[in-house]
Amino acid sequence: MRDAFVQTTTDLLENDPRTALVLADISADRFVDAARRHPDRVLNVGIREQLMVGVAGGLALTGMRPIVHSYATFAIDRTYEQLKLDLDHQGVGAVVVSVGASYDGAEMGRTHLSPADVALVDTLTGWTVHVPGHPAEVPALLRAAARHDEPVYLRLSTQVNDLPRPGAGRLTVVHRGSPVAPVVVAVGPMLHPLLAAIAGLDVTVAYTHTPRPFDIAGLRELLPTPDASVAPAVVLVEPYLAGTSSAVLGEGLADVPHRLLALGVGRTDLRRYGTAADHARWHGLDAAGLRRSISAFLG
Amino acid sequence: MTTPSSTPTRPVLGPLLRRLTGDEKHAPSAHSTLDVLWVLYDRVLRISPETVDAPDRDRFLLSKGHGPAAYYAVLAAKGFIPEHWLDDLAGPESRLGHHPDRLLVPGVEIGSGSLGHGLGLAVGTVLGLRAQGLTEPRVYVLLGDAELDEGANHEAIAYAGATGLDALTAIVVDNRSASHGWPGGIASRFTVNGWTASTVDGHDHDELAEALTTRHPGRPHVVVAAVAPKEY
Repeated sequence: MRDAFVQTTTDLLENDPRTALVLADISADRFVDAARRHPDRVLNVGIREQLMVGVAGGLALTGMRPIVHSYATFAIDRTYEQLKLDLDHQGVGAVVVSVGASYDGAEMGRTHLSPADVALVDTLTGWTVHVPGHPAEVPALLRAAARHDEPVYLRLSTQVNDLPRPGAGRLTVVHRGSPVAPVVVAVGPMLHPLLAAIAGLDVTVAYTHTPRPFDIAGLRELLPTPDASVAPAVVLVEPYLAGTSSAVLGEGLADVPHRLLALGVGRTDLRRYGTAADHARWHGLDAAGLRRSISAFLG
Repeated sequence: MTTPSSTPTRPVLGPLLRRLTGDEKHAPSAHSTLDVLWVLYDRVLRISPETVDAPDRDRFLLSKGHGPAAYYAVLAAKGFIPEHWLDDLAGPESRLGHHPDRLLVPGVEIGSGSLGHGLGLAVGTVLGLRAQGLTEPRVYVLLGDAELDEGANHEAIAYAGATGLDALTAIVVDNRSASHGWPGGIASRFTVNGWTASTVDGHDHDELAEALTTRHPGRPHVVVAAVAPKEY
Protein backbone atom coordinates (compact mmCIF):
# COMPACT_ATOMS: atom_id res chain seq x y z
CA MET A 1 0.00 0.00 0.00
CA ARG A 2 2.89 2.34 0.70
CA ASP A 3 4.09 1.87 -2.89
CA ALA A 4 0.64 2.77 -4.18
CA PHE A 5 0.65 5.87 -1.98
CA VAL A 6 4.09 6.94 -3.22
CA GLN A 7 3.19 6.41 -6.87
CA THR A 8 -0.18 8.15 -6.68
CA THR A 9 1.17 11.07 -4.67
CA THR A 10 4.05 11.49 -7.12
CA ASP A 11 1.52 11.63 -9.95
CA LEU A 12 -0.62 14.15 -8.08
CA LEU A 13 2.40 16.37 -7.44
CA GLU A 14 3.18 16.21 -11.15
CA ASN A 15 -0.31 16.96 -12.40
CA ASP A 16 -2.10 19.02 -9.76
CA PRO A 17 -0.31 22.21 -8.68
CA ARG A 18 -2.53 22.43 -5.61
CA THR A 19 -1.03 19.28 -4.13
CA ALA A 20 1.69 19.64 -1.51
CA LEU A 21 3.29 16.79 0.43
CA VAL A 22 4.46 17.41 3.99
CA LEU A 23 6.75 14.81 5.53
CA ALA A 24 8.51 14.34 8.84
CA ASP A 25 11.40 12.25 7.48
CA ILE A 26 9.30 9.07 7.21
CA SER A 27 9.20 7.96 3.54
CA ALA A 28 11.25 11.01 2.48
CA ASP A 29 13.64 8.63 0.71
CA ARG A 30 10.75 7.59 -1.53
CA PHE A 31 10.11 11.13 -2.72
CA VAL A 32 13.64 12.25 -3.60
CA ASP A 33 12.88 12.65 -7.29
CA ALA A 34 9.55 14.34 -6.63
CA ALA A 35 11.27 16.76 -4.25
CA ARG A 36 13.84 17.59 -6.92
CA ARG A 37 11.08 18.30 -9.43
CA HIS A 38 8.79 20.17 -7.03
CA PRO A 39 10.96 21.64 -4.27
CA ASP A 40 8.22 24.07 -3.22
CA ARG A 41 5.61 21.33 -2.83
CA VAL A 42 7.53 18.42 -1.35
CA LEU A 43 8.32 19.62 2.14
CA ASN A 44 10.23 17.47 4.58
CA VAL A 45 10.26 19.33 7.91
CA GLY A 46 12.48 16.79 9.65
CA ILE A 47 11.38 14.77 12.66
CA ARG A 48 8.86 17.43 13.68
CA GLU A 49 5.33 16.07 13.53
CA GLN A 50 3.67 19.01 15.29
CA LEU A 51 5.19 21.27 12.66
CA MET A 52 4.21 18.85 9.90
CA VAL A 53 0.53 19.32 10.72
CA GLY A 54 0.90 23.04 11.48
CA VAL A 55 2.51 23.51 8.07
CA ALA A 56 -0.34 21.57 6.50
CA GLY A 57 -2.78 23.95 8.18
CA GLY A 58 -0.90 26.96 6.86
CA LEU A 59 -0.72 25.51 3.35
CA ALA A 60 -4.45 24.84 3.40
CA LEU A 61 -5.13 28.40 4.57
CA THR A 62 -3.48 29.63 1.35
CA GLY A 63 -5.60 27.30 -0.78
CA MET A 64 -3.20 24.39 -1.23
CA ARG A 65 -4.21 20.75 -0.68
CA PRO A 66 -1.69 19.25 1.75
CA ILE A 67 -0.99 15.55 2.04
CA VAL A 68 0.58 14.72 5.40
CA HIS A 69 2.32 11.41 5.98
CA SER A 70 3.98 9.46 8.75
CA TYR A 71 3.52 6.43 10.93
CA ALA A 72 -0.02 6.45 12.29
CA THR A 73 1.10 6.92 15.86
CA PHE A 74 3.10 10.03 14.90
CA ALA A 75 0.67 11.40 12.31
CA ILE A 76 -2.40 11.08 14.55
CA ASP A 77 -1.68 10.26 18.19
CA ARG A 78 1.28 12.59 18.55
CA THR A 79 -0.27 15.51 16.64
CA TYR A 80 -3.77 15.31 18.03
CA GLU A 81 -3.94 18.94 19.11
CA GLN A 82 -2.55 20.13 15.78
CA LEU A 83 -5.21 18.13 13.94
CA LYS A 84 -7.85 19.59 16.22
CA LEU A 85 -6.68 23.21 16.13
CA ASP A 86 -4.45 23.73 13.08
CA LEU A 87 -6.91 21.97 10.77
CA ASP A 88 -10.38 21.55 12.30
CA HIS A 89 -10.57 24.80 14.24
CA GLN A 90 -9.14 26.83 11.35
CA GLY A 91 -11.87 25.42 9.11
CA VAL A 92 -9.40 23.76 6.74
CA GLY A 93 -8.60 20.17 5.83
CA ALA A 94 -5.74 17.93 4.79
CA VAL A 95 -5.21 14.38 3.65
CA VAL A 96 -3.42 12.47 6.38
CA VAL A 97 -1.90 9.24 5.06
CA SER A 98 -0.46 6.85 7.61
CA VAL A 99 1.50 3.65 7.53
CA GLY A 100 2.18 1.35 10.47
CA ALA A 101 -1.45 0.56 11.19
CA SER A 102 -2.23 -0.94 14.62
CA TYR A 103 0.38 -3.70 15.06
CA ASP A 104 1.95 -3.66 11.59
CA GLY A 105 5.16 -2.61 13.33
CA ALA A 106 4.91 -5.30 16.00
CA GLU A 107 8.64 -5.95 16.17
CA MET A 108 9.21 -2.26 17.00
CA GLY A 109 7.06 -2.45 20.10
CA ARG A 110 4.38 -0.33 21.72
CA THR A 111 5.89 3.03 20.76
CA HIS A 112 5.19 2.25 17.11
CA LEU A 113 1.72 0.70 17.54
CA SER A 114 -1.36 2.77 16.80
CA PRO A 115 -4.63 0.99 17.55
CA ALA A 116 -6.31 4.20 18.79
CA ASP A 117 -5.87 6.40 15.70
CA VAL A 118 -9.36 6.05 14.23
CA ALA A 119 -10.91 6.56 17.67
CA LEU A 120 -8.97 9.81 17.98
CA VAL A 121 -10.02 10.96 14.51
CA ASP A 122 -13.59 10.21 15.58
CA THR A 123 -13.36 13.02 18.13
CA LEU A 124 -12.70 15.49 15.30
CA THR A 125 -15.34 16.95 12.99
CA GLY A 126 -16.36 15.72 9.57
CA TRP A 127 -13.40 13.51 8.75
CA THR A 128 -13.66 10.84 6.10
CA VAL A 129 -11.72 7.71 7.10
CA HIS A 130 -10.48 5.24 4.52
CA VAL A 131 -9.05 1.89 5.62
CA PRO A 132 -8.19 0.14 2.36
CA GLY A 133 -7.90 -3.62 2.40
CA HIS A 134 -5.78 -3.88 -0.73
CA PRO A 135 -3.10 -1.75 -2.44
CA ALA A 136 -5.24 -1.46 -5.57
CA GLU A 137 -7.89 0.38 -3.55
CA VAL A 138 -5.46 3.14 -2.59
CA PRO A 139 -5.01 5.21 -5.80
CA ALA A 140 -8.69 6.04 -6.34
CA LEU A 141 -9.19 6.92 -2.67
CA LEU A 142 -6.17 9.23 -2.64
CA ARG A 143 -7.03 10.89 -5.96
CA ALA A 144 -10.57 11.56 -4.82
CA ALA A 145 -9.29 12.99 -1.52
CA ALA A 146 -6.87 15.31 -3.30
CA ARG A 147 -9.66 16.90 -5.31
CA HIS A 148 -11.50 18.62 -2.46
CA ASP A 149 -10.66 20.48 0.74
CA GLU A 150 -12.29 18.36 3.44
CA PRO A 151 -10.31 16.40 6.06
CA VAL A 152 -9.47 12.82 5.11
CA TYR A 153 -7.58 10.10 6.95
CA LEU A 154 -6.17 7.33 4.76
CA ARG A 155 -4.91 4.46 6.91
CA LEU A 156 -2.53 2.14 5.08
CA SER A 157 -1.54 -1.30 6.33
CA THR A 158 0.72 -4.17 5.45
CA GLN A 159 -2.23 -6.50 6.12
CA VAL A 160 -4.12 -7.10 2.87
CA ASN A 161 -7.11 -8.97 1.51
CA ASP A 162 -6.90 -11.37 -1.43
CA LEU A 163 -8.76 -9.09 -3.81
CA PRO A 164 -9.27 -5.35 -4.16
CA ARG A 165 -12.79 -4.01 -3.88
CA PRO A 166 -12.39 -0.39 -5.02
CA GLY A 167 -16.11 0.32 -5.02
CA ALA A 168 -16.60 -0.52 -1.35
CA GLY A 169 -17.05 3.01 -0.06
CA ARG A 170 -20.43 1.70 0.96
CA LEU A 171 -21.04 -1.71 2.46
CA THR A 172 -20.49 -4.35 -0.20
CA VAL A 173 -21.83 -7.85 0.31
CA VAL A 174 -19.05 -10.37 -0.07
CA HIS A 175 -20.90 -13.43 1.21
CA ARG A 176 -24.69 -13.70 1.34
CA GLY A 177 -26.28 -15.75 4.11
CA SER A 178 -29.93 -16.71 4.49
CA PRO A 179 -32.61 -14.02 5.02
CA VAL A 180 -32.31 -14.51 8.78
CA ALA A 181 -28.51 -14.53 8.81
CA PRO A 182 -26.69 -12.11 11.14
CA VAL A 183 -24.60 -9.40 9.45
CA VAL A 184 -20.84 -9.34 9.90
CA VAL A 185 -19.08 -6.18 8.72
CA ALA A 186 -15.38 -6.30 7.94
CA VAL A 187 -13.44 -3.05 7.72
CA GLY A 188 -10.35 -3.00 5.49
CA PRO A 189 -7.90 -5.88 5.85
CA MET A 190 -10.06 -7.72 8.41
CA LEU A 191 -12.00 -9.27 5.55
CA HIS A 192 -9.26 -11.80 4.85
CA PRO A 193 -9.25 -13.50 8.28
CA LEU A 194 -13.01 -13.06 8.58
CA LEU A 195 -13.77 -15.02 5.41
CA ALA A 196 -11.61 -17.85 6.74
CA ALA A 197 -13.42 -17.66 10.09
CA ILE A 198 -17.03 -18.04 8.94
CA ALA A 199 -16.88 -21.31 7.00
CA GLY A 200 -20.13 -23.15 7.63
CA LEU A 201 -21.77 -20.28 9.55
CA ASP A 202 -24.99 -18.76 8.30
CA VAL A 203 -23.90 -15.11 8.18
CA THR A 204 -23.93 -12.31 5.64
CA VAL A 205 -20.51 -10.69 5.27
CA ALA A 206 -20.23 -7.09 4.12
CA TYR A 207 -17.04 -5.17 3.47
CA THR A 208 -16.09 -1.51 3.42
CA HIS A 209 -12.86 0.43 3.09
CA THR A 210 -14.55 3.60 4.31
CA PRO A 211 -15.76 3.40 7.91
CA ARG A 212 -16.37 7.18 8.08
CA PRO A 213 -18.91 8.12 7.20
CA PHE A 214 -20.20 4.67 8.05
CA ASP A 215 -22.76 3.31 5.61
CA ILE A 216 -25.58 3.03 8.11
CA ALA A 217 -28.26 2.91 5.40
CA GLY A 218 -26.50 -0.03 3.79
CA LEU A 219 -26.22 -1.81 7.11
CA ARG A 220 -29.92 -1.33 7.83
CA GLU A 221 -30.78 -2.88 4.49
CA LEU A 222 -28.72 -5.94 5.35
CA LEU A 223 -30.23 -6.50 8.79
CA PRO A 224 -32.08 -9.81 8.97
CA THR A 225 -35.85 -9.75 9.01
CA PRO A 226 -36.90 -8.86 12.55
CA ASP A 227 -38.13 -11.74 14.61
CA ALA A 228 -40.08 -10.66 17.66
CA SER A 229 -38.25 -13.16 19.83
CA VAL A 230 -34.65 -12.43 18.77
CA ALA A 231 -32.96 -9.07 18.15
CA PRO A 232 -30.92 -9.13 14.92
CA ALA A 233 -27.23 -9.67 15.51
CA VAL A 234 -24.54 -7.43 14.05
CA VAL A 235 -20.83 -8.17 14.28
CA LEU A 236 -18.27 -5.51 13.53
CA VAL A 237 -14.70 -6.55 12.79
CA GLU A 238 -12.28 -3.62 12.73
CA PRO A 239 -8.49 -3.56 12.45
CA TYR A 240 -8.10 -0.87 15.11
CA LEU A 241 -9.31 -0.40 18.69
CA ALA A 242 -12.27 -2.66 19.49
CA GLY A 243 -15.49 -0.70 19.72
CA THR A 244 -14.27 2.29 17.73
CA SER A 245 -17.44 2.26 15.61
CA SER A 246 -19.83 1.12 18.35
CA ALA A 247 -21.10 4.64 19.02
CA VAL A 248 -21.70 5.29 15.33
CA LEU A 249 -23.66 2.04 14.97
CA GLY A 250 -25.49 2.62 18.23
CA GLU A 251 -26.70 5.96 16.97
CA GLY A 252 -27.48 4.68 13.48
CA LEU A 253 -29.46 1.71 14.78
CA ALA A 254 -31.01 3.48 17.76
CA ASP A 255 -34.55 2.73 16.58
CA VAL A 256 -33.84 -0.86 15.58
CA PRO A 257 -33.63 -3.71 18.08
CA HIS A 258 -30.20 -5.27 17.61
CA ARG A 259 -27.32 -6.94 19.38
CA LEU A 260 -23.81 -5.72 18.57
CA LEU A 261 -20.47 -7.47 18.96
CA ALA A 262 -17.59 -5.10 18.20
CA LEU A 263 -14.30 -6.87 17.60
CA GLY A 264 -10.95 -5.18 17.18
CA VAL A 265 -7.63 -4.57 18.85
CA GLY A 266 -7.68 -4.78 22.65
CA ARG A 267 -6.72 -1.88 24.89
CA THR A 268 -3.97 -3.58 26.85
CA ASP A 269 -0.32 -2.86 26.10
CA LEU A 270 0.78 -6.46 25.70
CA ARG A 271 4.47 -5.54 26.07
CA ARG A 272 5.33 -8.11 23.45
CA TYR A 273 7.12 -7.85 20.12
CA GLY A 274 6.76 -10.68 17.57
CA THR A 275 4.95 -10.29 14.26
CA ALA A 276 1.66 -8.76 13.15
CA ALA A 277 0.33 -12.31 12.86
CA ASP A 278 1.25 -12.94 16.49
CA HIS A 279 -0.59 -9.78 17.59
CA ALA A 280 -3.61 -10.72 15.49
CA ARG A 281 -3.72 -14.01 17.36
CA TRP A 282 -3.21 -12.40 20.78
CA HIS A 283 -6.04 -9.95 20.09
CA GLY A 284 -8.33 -12.68 18.78
CA LEU A 285 -8.31 -11.21 15.30
CA ASP A 286 -6.93 -14.21 13.42
CA ALA A 287 -9.39 -16.59 11.77
CA ALA A 288 -9.54 -18.92 14.78
CA GLY A 289 -10.05 -16.07 17.25
CA LEU A 290 -12.74 -14.44 15.15
CA ARG A 291 -14.50 -17.78 14.80
CA ARG A 292 -14.44 -18.26 18.57
CA SER A 293 -15.84 -14.81 19.33
CA ILE A 294 -18.47 -14.83 16.61
CA SER A 295 -19.68 -18.36 17.41
CA ALA A 296 -19.97 -17.56 21.11
CA PHE A 297 -21.91 -14.37 20.35
CA LEU A 298 -24.31 -15.98 17.90
CA GLY A 299 -24.81 -18.99 20.16
CA MET B 1 14.02 52.59 5.73
CA THR B 2 11.36 55.28 5.95
CA THR B 3 7.91 54.43 7.12
CA PRO B 4 4.86 56.62 7.51
CA SER B 5 4.67 58.32 10.88
CA SER B 6 2.21 56.88 13.35
CA THR B 7 -1.25 58.01 14.11
CA PRO B 8 -1.21 58.54 17.89
CA THR B 9 -2.38 55.35 19.59
CA ARG B 10 -4.11 56.51 22.73
CA PRO B 11 -6.72 58.95 21.44
CA VAL B 12 -7.88 56.40 18.86
CA LEU B 13 -7.68 53.17 20.81
CA GLY B 14 -8.35 54.30 24.38
CA PRO B 15 -12.11 54.65 23.95
CA LEU B 16 -12.31 51.38 22.03
CA LEU B 17 -10.44 49.52 24.74
CA ARG B 18 -12.73 50.97 27.38
CA ARG B 19 -15.71 49.63 25.44
CA LEU B 20 -14.13 46.19 25.60
CA THR B 21 -13.11 46.20 29.22
CA GLY B 22 -15.52 48.68 30.75
CA ASP B 23 -12.49 49.80 32.70
CA GLU B 24 -11.65 53.49 32.90
CA LYS B 25 -8.39 52.97 34.73
CA HIS B 26 -6.61 50.65 32.32
CA ALA B 27 -4.42 52.86 30.17
CA PRO B 28 -3.64 51.54 26.70
CA SER B 29 -0.03 51.16 27.75
CA ALA B 30 -1.15 48.39 30.07
CA HIS B 31 -1.73 46.26 27.01
CA SER B 32 1.63 44.77 26.14
CA THR B 33 0.78 44.11 22.51
CA LEU B 34 -1.06 47.33 21.74
CA ASP B 35 1.75 49.34 20.22
CA VAL B 36 3.06 46.45 18.15
CA LEU B 37 -0.40 45.77 16.77
CA TRP B 38 -1.02 49.42 16.03
CA VAL B 39 2.26 49.86 14.19
CA LEU B 40 1.61 46.69 12.19
CA TYR B 41 -1.85 47.72 11.05
CA ASP B 42 -1.08 51.43 10.75
CA ARG B 43 2.29 51.33 9.04
CA VAL B 44 3.42 47.85 8.00
CA LEU B 45 0.78 45.37 6.85
CA ARG B 46 -0.56 45.58 3.31
CA ILE B 47 -4.08 44.65 4.26
CA SER B 48 -7.38 46.48 4.55
CA PRO B 49 -11.00 45.54 5.18
CA GLU B 50 -11.39 45.34 1.40
CA THR B 51 -8.51 42.89 0.94
CA VAL B 52 -9.05 40.43 3.79
CA ASP B 53 -9.43 37.61 1.24
CA ALA B 54 -6.94 38.80 -1.38
CA PRO B 55 -4.44 36.02 -2.11
CA ASP B 56 -1.51 38.45 -2.16
CA ARG B 57 -2.32 40.25 1.10
CA ASP B 58 0.15 40.33 3.94
CA ARG B 59 -0.80 37.98 6.75
CA PHE B 60 -0.80 38.73 10.46
CA LEU B 61 -1.23 35.70 12.71
CA LEU B 62 -1.86 36.33 16.40
CA SER B 63 -0.39 33.20 17.93
CA LYS B 64 -0.63 34.48 21.48
CA GLY B 65 -4.41 34.48 21.38
CA HIS B 66 -5.13 35.36 24.97
CA GLY B 67 -5.92 38.92 26.00
CA PRO B 68 -6.98 39.96 22.49
CA ALA B 69 -8.58 43.26 23.57
CA ALA B 70 -5.85 45.29 21.88
CA TYR B 71 -6.23 43.20 18.71
CA TYR B 72 -9.98 43.74 18.56
CA ALA B 73 -9.57 47.45 19.25
CA VAL B 74 -7.10 47.80 16.39
CA LEU B 75 -9.32 45.79 14.02
CA ALA B 76 -12.24 48.07 14.93
CA ALA B 77 -10.18 51.23 14.56
CA LYS B 78 -9.09 50.11 11.10
CA GLY B 79 -12.60 49.19 10.01
CA PHE B 80 -12.29 45.39 9.88
CA ILE B 81 -15.08 44.96 12.43
CA PRO B 82 -17.88 47.25 13.63
CA GLU B 83 -17.09 49.14 16.82
CA HIS B 84 -20.29 47.97 18.48
CA TRP B 85 -18.95 44.41 18.49
CA LEU B 86 -16.62 45.58 21.26
CA ASP B 87 -19.50 46.11 23.68
CA ASP B 88 -20.31 42.44 24.27
CA LEU B 89 -16.96 40.70 24.66
CA ALA B 90 -17.43 36.94 25.04
CA GLY B 91 -21.20 37.27 25.36
CA PRO B 92 -23.40 34.44 24.14
CA GLU B 93 -24.06 36.17 20.81
CA SER B 94 -20.66 37.85 20.50
CA ARG B 95 -18.24 37.15 17.69
CA LEU B 96 -15.40 38.33 19.90
CA GLY B 97 -14.23 35.98 22.64
CA HIS B 98 -11.30 35.87 24.97
CA HIS B 99 -9.51 34.00 22.20
CA PRO B 100 -10.18 34.99 18.57
CA ASP B 101 -11.86 32.69 16.05
CA ARG B 102 -10.99 33.25 12.39
CA LEU B 103 -14.36 31.98 11.23
CA LEU B 104 -16.14 34.61 13.32
CA VAL B 105 -14.01 37.74 12.87
CA PRO B 106 -13.17 39.35 9.50
CA GLY B 107 -9.46 39.99 9.18
CA VAL B 108 -8.46 37.39 11.76
CA GLU B 109 -6.18 34.94 9.98
CA ILE B 110 -6.10 32.15 12.58
CA GLY B 111 -8.12 31.02 15.55
CA SER B 112 -5.71 30.89 18.47
CA GLY B 113 -5.61 30.47 22.21
CA SER B 114 -3.75 27.25 22.85
CA LEU B 115 -0.16 28.41 22.80
CA GLY B 116 2.43 27.30 20.29
CA HIS B 117 0.30 26.92 17.16
CA GLY B 118 0.78 30.20 15.30
CA LEU B 119 4.38 29.84 14.24
CA GLY B 120 3.82 26.47 12.55
CA LEU B 121 0.75 27.82 10.77
CA ALA B 122 2.79 30.84 9.72
CA VAL B 123 5.54 28.63 8.29
CA GLY B 124 2.93 26.71 6.31
CA THR B 125 1.39 29.95 5.10
CA VAL B 126 4.77 31.17 3.85
CA LEU B 127 5.31 27.86 2.05
CA GLY B 128 1.84 27.90 0.53
CA LEU B 129 2.29 31.43 -0.80
CA ARG B 130 5.70 30.56 -2.21
CA ALA B 131 4.37 27.41 -3.91
CA GLN B 132 1.80 29.59 -5.68
CA GLY B 133 4.39 32.10 -6.82
CA LEU B 134 3.15 34.77 -4.41
CA THR B 135 6.49 36.23 -3.37
CA GLU B 136 5.34 39.70 -2.33
CA PRO B 137 3.23 38.98 0.76
CA ARG B 138 4.96 38.88 4.11
CA VAL B 139 3.73 36.75 6.98
CA TYR B 140 3.90 38.16 10.51
CA VAL B 141 3.22 36.09 13.59
CA LEU B 142 3.04 37.47 17.13
CA LEU B 143 4.05 35.37 20.13
CA GLY B 144 4.68 35.98 23.80
CA ASP B 145 7.91 35.23 25.64
CA ALA B 146 6.15 32.67 27.85
CA GLU B 147 4.55 31.11 24.80
CA LEU B 148 8.03 30.12 23.67
CA ASP B 149 7.95 27.54 26.46
CA GLU B 150 5.82 25.41 24.14
CA GLY B 151 8.09 23.04 22.26
CA ALA B 152 6.16 23.28 19.01
CA ASN B 153 7.62 26.76 18.51
CA HIS B 154 11.10 25.36 18.46
CA GLU B 155 10.22 22.92 15.71
CA ALA B 156 9.14 25.89 13.60
CA ILE B 157 12.06 28.13 14.59
CA ALA B 158 14.60 25.47 13.60
CA TYR B 159 12.91 24.61 10.31
CA ALA B 160 12.24 28.20 9.21
CA GLY B 161 15.85 29.08 9.89
CA ALA B 162 17.27 26.02 8.18
CA THR B 163 15.22 26.64 5.05
CA GLY B 164 15.67 30.42 5.02
CA LEU B 165 12.01 31.47 4.92
CA ASP B 166 12.63 35.17 4.42
CA ALA B 167 8.96 36.05 3.98
CA LEU B 168 8.46 35.25 7.67
CA THR B 169 8.72 37.74 10.52
CA ALA B 170 8.07 36.62 14.07
CA ILE B 171 7.39 39.15 16.78
CA VAL B 172 7.95 38.12 20.38
CA VAL B 173 6.39 40.51 22.87
CA ASP B 174 8.63 40.08 25.89
CA ASN B 175 7.08 41.01 29.21
CA ARG B 176 9.34 38.53 30.99
CA SER B 177 6.49 36.28 31.97
CA ALA B 178 8.14 32.93 31.15
CA SER B 179 8.37 31.03 34.45
CA HIS B 180 11.97 30.02 33.93
CA GLY B 181 13.04 32.95 31.79
CA TRP B 182 15.23 32.80 28.70
CA PRO B 183 18.83 33.01 29.90
CA GLY B 184 20.95 34.46 27.13
CA GLY B 185 17.98 36.28 25.67
CA ILE B 186 15.08 35.41 23.43
CA ALA B 187 16.72 36.56 20.21
CA SER B 188 19.49 33.99 20.61
CA ARG B 189 16.95 31.13 20.30
CA PHE B 190 16.27 32.37 16.81
CA THR B 191 19.68 33.60 15.67
CA VAL B 192 21.37 30.31 16.52
CA ASN B 193 18.98 28.78 13.98
CA GLY B 194 19.86 31.23 11.24
CA TRP B 195 17.34 33.99 11.82
CA THR B 196 18.18 37.68 11.96
CA ALA B 197 16.93 39.52 15.02
CA SER B 198 16.10 43.00 16.26
CA THR B 199 15.39 43.77 19.90
CA VAL B 200 13.44 46.98 20.34
CA ASP B 201 11.34 48.96 22.81
CA GLY B 202 7.90 47.43 22.40
CA HIS B 203 6.22 50.82 22.84
CA ASP B 204 8.43 52.84 20.48
CA HIS B 205 6.58 53.10 17.21
CA ASP B 206 9.50 54.18 15.07
CA GLU B 207 11.76 51.45 16.41
CA LEU B 208 9.02 48.88 15.87
CA ALA B 209 8.26 50.05 12.34
CA GLU B 210 11.93 50.00 11.42
CA ALA B 211 12.43 46.51 12.83
CA LEU B 212 9.23 45.13 11.31
CA THR B 213 10.10 46.28 7.81
CA THR B 214 13.69 45.09 7.92
CA ARG B 215 14.32 42.37 5.34
CA HIS B 216 17.29 40.06 5.08
CA PRO B 217 17.28 37.94 1.93
CA GLY B 218 17.35 34.24 2.70
CA ARG B 219 16.69 34.56 6.43
CA PRO B 220 13.56 34.83 8.55
CA HIS B 221 13.51 37.74 10.97
CA VAL B 222 12.45 38.04 14.59
CA VAL B 223 11.56 41.25 16.37
CA VAL B 224 11.78 41.00 20.13
CA ALA B 225 9.55 43.76 21.49
CA ALA B 226 10.50 44.45 25.09
CA VAL B 227 7.71 45.78 27.30
CA ALA B 228 7.30 46.28 31.04
CA PRO B 229 7.54 43.03 33.01
CA LYS B 230 4.22 41.46 33.84
CA GLU B 231 3.18 42.15 37.42
CA TYR B 232 1.63 39.46 39.53
